[in-house]
Amino acid sequence: MKWALVAVISASSALADVLQSAGMKDHGEIQDFRPQAVAGHLARLVRNRNMLVAVASLAVSFFAFVALISVSELSFAVPATATTYVLEVILAKYLLREHVDWHRWTGATLVAGGVALLML
Amino acid sequence: MPRLALLDPTKTEGQAEALENKLRLKQNLRTALFVAIVVCGNLVGNVLLRAGMRRSTALPALAPTNYVYALLYPWVLVGVLLLIVGVAAQLALLSWADLSYVAPVTSIGYVLTALAGKVFLHEPFSTPRWAAILLITAGVTLVSRTPPSTTGGECYGGRQ
Repeated sequence: MKWALVAVISASSALADVLQSAGMKDHGEIQDFRPQAVAGHLARLVRNRNMLVAVASLAVSFFAFVALISVSELSFAVPATATTYVLEVILAKYLLREHVDWHRWTGATLVAGGVALLML
Repeated sequence: MPRLALLDPTKTEGQAEALENKLRLKQNLRTALFVAIVVCGNLVGNVLLRAGMRRSTALPALAPTNYVYALLYPWVLVGVLLLIVGVAAQLALLSWADLSYVAPVTSIGYVLTALAGKVFLHEPFSTPRWAAILLITAGVTLVSRTPPSTTGGECYGGRQ
């Protein structure tokens, strides 16, 4: 049960973050954080298809996470879902066409190794 | 030649370079600030959520209506609000920074969450966990040495 929830959280989180990144790049760089401008950003973002699917994926991830932390320790739940971060770097390179150099690959690998150790 | 010198012919190359460095520093500071908000929002939000869920031990894990009841616990409510702040900050960050930068760099939150679990919730803490903290910190340090945007951010100027 715990590992099924981990799989749901990882897949839905990675999908949500890739779609969020694509949606926010479509939206453009946010530089104005005054309330009126933030409201304008929100009004545009709720019409962005990538963001809508991302929010749905985030909701799945959130409720699965709440279920996970109610049946396990936080120190298991949070590290167990960190495989998402490595998956996101791979998707960022091939789907979002980001330039992932050796610093980022090595960094992501170290993070993955650290996360595996964190679960021991 | 710096790109700004091409945009503004009245500036010398030195002036344009200084202006570009100033803009890059400002953007780097803004990126660092938003990374901190994402990490802190998630960290404190998760700790409060876990503390609240521990108090709601009568709640079965997968009954949907019980998620609504869980929000009646103040710790859970504040935890959820902080998680929302973290998500909003991450959205803003992703409007100018790469996902392959944001995701690994914000993973420093796992280290802080493990430490917070030990300090505030008295969760068990083993020797391998200290090694994990070192590995994750090294990974985050490596990724943070790369430019936040490689795909045409307005300030960073595209692929490095």
